[in-house]
Amino acid sequence: MGFIPVEEITKKKAQFVRDPDAKLPENIREHVLQLEAEGEWVVHRIPEDHVEVPTKYGIPKKVPVQPTWHHKSCGQCGHIPGYSTSIFWVHRKLGLTYEDPRDQTSCTAWNYYASATSNAAAQAAVAVRNFAAAYESGNFPIIHCGTSYGHYKEVREELMLHPELRAEVRAIMAKLGKPLVMPEEIVHYSEWFWAMRNEIAKHQVRDFSNISATVHPACHYYKLVEQDAIYDPELYGGQRTAVVSGLAIALGAEVRDYSTFFDCCGFGFRHILVQRDFTRSFATLRKIQVMKDEADPDVTLTHDTGCVTTLDKSQFAAKAHGITASIPVMSDAQFAALAMGAHPYKVCQLHWHNADYRPLLEKMGIDWRQAWAEFEKDVKRLEDGEIEYLSWEDVDA
Amino acid sequence: MPVETSALYKVQKGRYDDVSLEEKERLFAEVKADMRYEDYLYGCYECGICVAACPSARFYDFSPRRVAQALAREDVEQVYEQMNDDIWECSQCFSCLRCPRGNNPGGLITIMREVAINNSLGTAKEALEGYTRIIYKIMGTGTQVSPDMLQPEAFPDWGPEVVTVSKNLDLWRRMLPPETMHTTSTGWDVADKTITELYLIWHATGVLDMIRQVDSNLHMILEEMMEDKLEEAGYDT
Ligand code: SF4
Ligand code: SF4
Repeated sequence: MGFIPVEEITKKKAQFVRDPDAKLPENIREHVLQLEAEGEWVVHRIPEDHVEVPTKYGIPKKVPVQPTWHHKSCGQCGHIPGYSTSIFWVHRKLGLTYEDPRDQTSCTAWNYYASATSNAAAQAAVAVRNFAAAYESGNFPIIHCGTSYGHYKEVREELMLHPELRAEVRAIMAKLGKPLVMPEEIVHYSEWFWAMRNEIAKHQVRDFSNISATVHPACHYYKLVEQDAIYDPELYGGQRTAVVSGLAIALGAEVRDYSTFFDCCGFGFRHILVQRDFTRSFATLRKIQVMKDEADPDVTLTHDTGCVTTLDKSQFAAKAHGITASIPVMSDAQFAALAMGAHPYKVCQLHWHNADYRPLLEKMGIDWRQAWAEFEKDVKRLEDGEIEYLSWEDVDA
Repeated sequence: MPVETSALYKVQKGRYDDVSLEEKERLFAEVKADMRYEDYLYGCYECGICVAACPSARFYDFSPRRVAQALAREDVEQVYEQMNDDIWECSQCFSCLRCPRGNNPGGLITIMREVAINNSLGTAKEALEGYTRIIYKIMGTGTQVSPDMLQPEAFPDWGPEVVTVSKNLDLWRRMLPPETMHTTSTGWDVADKTITELYLIWHATGVLDMIRQVDSNLHMILEEMMEDKLEEAGYDT
């Protein structure tokens, strides 16, 4: 008869005296400021014009209103351009100062998580170079991508815990003639929309009271370094992140629940490109189909490119497998812009999406045929050489 | 009675018998030497909460718990096996961070992947086949998802909209009001100086050497491209 080698097992396990809670202070902002006081880095402070919001660990987070520096997302700009366009359009409508910089790279985390052909120092240096660029501009960084946001918080944690990493990054920054900069808060665009939700609702021109939505929160927004993600005790009893949902509710939409809320979308970094069966199956079977069966929403809203891409594009091939559930997918920014009267094509750029969003537009009281004709008219002007690009003025004409 | 503990935990015996124990130990030591290792592993309750949260565990014969346990028990053989057969299944969603022990199995996998790359493991090379153009794009241009990737040949399963988008790409990109987004080969217009600064980061942090381990052709192309630019900008590489 076999036996369990208890002593051997406990001997191995006894090595673990490490305590995860002893690693970092709960108040990250204080720690960030403390390191500045010790001369370790320069803190880019939140501008005077800001809003305080509740977080998971109960320490209020400061979200800047303006002036902001928009750290774009490669996926949003590359494949779902209506995302960034909507974010900027809402800023313009509210009359707020923002910068859309050229002095910015991707966070490069997609490649990092997918291929591992990078390392902690490179990732930290890329983050800090972008932070320094924002600091030099005088505008506070708002991070558009869920992964950039989570990854930058991961980088912040690594830089806090490891002086040797700070030294390495500081030396690289010195070569570039830049200081080692850490923002006082790392802020995701959906946090900005959440903080501004009542202001946005004041500018609402379309009635959303007959619109129902499900919400898919991005994993890297609230699972990766969770402390300072927004959690509102008034929403979901403070048990789920309040971003996206809080905005949809402020706009009068009904947010419906479904049982796989906490599941990821199936993006998987390398999977969406080279193991697509995983991505498609997960997105359709664990998310779209469940939402459809349990909530039957008019739209599903999220706040990260990977999630929009995965949930939207996966729906087509699933039809071949007899999965006919279909739900339009868009970002909270596009949803808010539509509420504020944005053009569905010139601003929200919905023609880049796959799942049929037209019934949703009809429910919102938008004549999409007329809107498309307007878009096509401008395309014609462009083809005829009358205009070189569509301008912000054209959009609001 | 003496107990050979490591043998008790082996899931599949013999698959990597041709690799010496010293080599397996060397790779494990490299994983443990990563500065993040001690921030990511605190033992394991064996509760399975990470597995319940893990999308890859639902889809593949994969388990974040197995990874955390093998590392915590220092089961060199199993760690080696996982570095070859398991780690690329992880979708890096970090759902496993809900671990009540404070572990970060997804992060541990990131470290194991980096070690697999740095040591040119065959399975790592295999995992990255078909991925090279993305590495080239991000390292070369500073943005990693570009509009011109939206091609029907690349995404036949994304439906007819991809055909329409690719047909209208130039035109539709100019139909975007933000001035930085009239690009097709990058997500947005990145300043030349910014790209040069990024090249310096790749050089200074040894990322180019990592690329050499997985794809020597790609390494050659990137190195040439970067060195020219850096020299032009007056950086000492
Ligand atoms: S990060 Fe990897 S191991 Fe962790 S839950 Fe996600 S897929 Fe599973
Ligand atoms: S959740 Fe944590 S403690 Fe539980 S099995 Fe997974 S790694 Fe171990």
